[in-house]
Amino acid sequence: MSDFSVIAASRTQKWVAGTLVVGYAVITLLPLLWIIATGFKSPSDAIAYPPKIFFEPTLEGYVNLFTTRTRQTAEFLAANPPQTWYEEIVRKYDMVIAGPSRFGGRFMNSVIIGFVSTFLSVFLGTLAAYAFSRFRIPLKDDLMFFILSTRMMPPIAVAIPIFLMFRALGLSDTHAGMIMLYTAVNLSLAVWLLKGFIDEIPREYEEAALIDGYTRFQAFYKVVLPQAATGIASTAIFCLIFAWNEYAFAVLLTSGTAQTAPPFIPTIIGVGGQDWPAVAAGATIFLLPVVVFTILLRKHLLRGITFGAVRK
Amino acid sequence: MAQIRIESLRKDFGAFTAVQASTFTIEDGEFFMLLGPSGCGKTTTLRMMAGLELPTSGEIYIDGEEVGGRRASQRDIAFVFQMFALYPHMNVRANIGYPLRSQGLSRAKTREKVEEIARLLGISDILDKPVGGLSGGDRQRVALGRAIVREPKAFFMDEPLGALDAEFREHMAEELRALHDRMGATTVYVTHDQLEAMQMGDKIVVMNHGVVEQFGVPQDLYDWPATLFVAGFLGSPPMNVLHFDGTVEQGTETQVLDGTSFAVPTTREGATGRIALGVRPEHVHLETDAGLRAKVVATEYLGTTQIVTLRTDHGEVKARIPSHQRVTEGETTGLRFDARKITLFDAETTRALRSAGNEGVLAHG
Repeated sequence: MSDFSVIAASRTQKWVAGTLVVGYAVITLLPLLWIIATGFKSPSDAIAYPPKIFFEPTLEGYVNLFTTRTRQTAEFLAANPPQTWYEEIVRKYDMVIAGPSRFGGRFMNSVIIGFVSTFLSVFLGTLAAYAFSRFRIPLKDDLMFFILSTRMMPPIAVAIPIFLMFRALGLSDTHAGMIMLYTAVNLSLAVWLLKGFIDEIPREYEEAALIDGYTRFQAFYKVVLPQAATGIASTAIFCLIFAWNEYAFAVLLTSGTAQTAPPFIPTIIGVGGQDWPAVAAGATIFLLPVVVFTILLRKHLLRGITFGAVRK
Repeated sequence: MAQIRIESLRKDFGAFTAVQASTFTIEDGEFFMLLGPSGCGKTTTLRMMAGLELPTSGEIYIDGEEVGGRRASQRDIAFVFQMFALYPHMNVRANIGYPLRSQGLSRAKTREKVEEIARLLGISDILDKPVGGLSGGDRQRVALGRAIVREPKAFFMDEPLGALDAEFREHMAEELRALHDRMGATTVYVTHDQLEAMQMGDKIVVMNHGVVEQFGVPQDLYDWPATLFVAGFLGSPPMNVLHFDGTVEQGTETQVLDGTSFAVPTTREGATGRIALGVRPEHVHLETDAGLRAKVVATEYLGTTQIVTLRTDHGEVKARIPSHQRVTEGETTGLRFDARKITLFDAETTRALRSAGNEGVLAHG
């Protein structure tokens, strides 16, 4: 090989590119690492100044996250020795575990609302996108624009009307209400993304299936859906990330039964101040499902973003 | 196997008329070509016959039954697409067997049938491969396999060789024709390639701007074009057309052009005004003392023959003459036309004037 090549990067270029990528990764991941690390610190380490990089890890934050605790007298503590490892942890503060915290329920709320609304957005979005892509619909372009226009204002601008609507309809603090809201917000994104994907699938596949003796619906789910899998997966990721992370509406519209994890986590109060390790532990656990979901579908995500960029 | 009849078929897309008032009949077992330039409505016609497009008006009969409003799946036809449209998420076996599965045929029977078809097409060795990595020819064969496995009443093919490279196209054309001859199924084939149409077709319909220009066996269309469009579309190089102002007498055997009289097939109708005289390049002969003068502009050597381009007062003329005949560029010579092979057109309507030569052909076009 010669010293100069058009396609192969030179040594210096590789170094520069590598440094930039690693640097960017460190900058974005550092807060994340800090949260994960804080989750394993003791309350005093968490607020120590200067901040501690090396510390003795403890599961205190996680125990506090999942439990409620009460202070007990020395006699009571002496009479009831700790049965489990997590009881032992709270004994350091002369406390006993009184029961589970509300975190588990809130987390389940997030799971239910996030995944059901994602499923609905993608399900309805796929059907709508297919219709927009394949059929002659009167005012098609205008309808597509109307759908897009729902995303043109910041969602929080309609917070008050939605709050009043939800109160009038009895949807405040219900799973159904939150699922509907997130589905409504995500649907426009889903329709637009999926229409792009379905437009890319040649009609001939369905027409072949129609002629081969299948109905339009059979052709849709046997031939079009497998082809659109990539698009559906990446759309699902985008919808889930939004519904999962949404904070503003969740604070406004939920308080108990249907409260999701994002508004709950900051309210975790410890004894004598904010229990930062518990908050950090909650944030860490909260991150996991989206991380796992994204890793599982990452191939599709990558293809999804570049899909349609090149005309064949 | 079926006869297919198209009557006054019309298709509008909004304000655009893709097909207007098409009428023709495809006989049982025919290899039928729909020929025309792109945008002429041939594919739309085929898609209406297949049930992929609804006609705006008119009727389509398959085996005497009107099917214009029926679903594609109920017409018992097979369609081969230009891009083959093999299901990308299935392997070859599943692709070929797919139409059978929709009919509820058992797994074992499907398997048997698919293997039989694969043997017929010589693709037994690729049955379990995914369709993604197949060569163009193999894709074509799989698409054909998927079409013939169900033994439909008719095959519709939309430029099935268009995606193949030139060299292989020839081979596949022969294979297709042989397959058709063996199965004897009615086949409707859309193409824009006039050579392909003449080479493979039993009958050809030539369409332009949504209108059927002419319909008949290839040689009739080639020898006796019904319109100036067909004259110019068939043949390579196409028919020469000399334009002039004049009068064509009814019942005459000669036509005068620039004081030179040409023998023509006895005319059955007359015309006055803009006239066009059409003659195939192979019916043009260079003779030094012939009346119509022409200057040699270019020569193209093609092995056994050569194409000589000449300029006359009435337009350019190409002559196909034996390559041993010496012609030099720039020389002036005379042209003689084969009397029996001349078609006169009314240049205003672009229609051919009836004569003793073409009246039999035009009668059913």
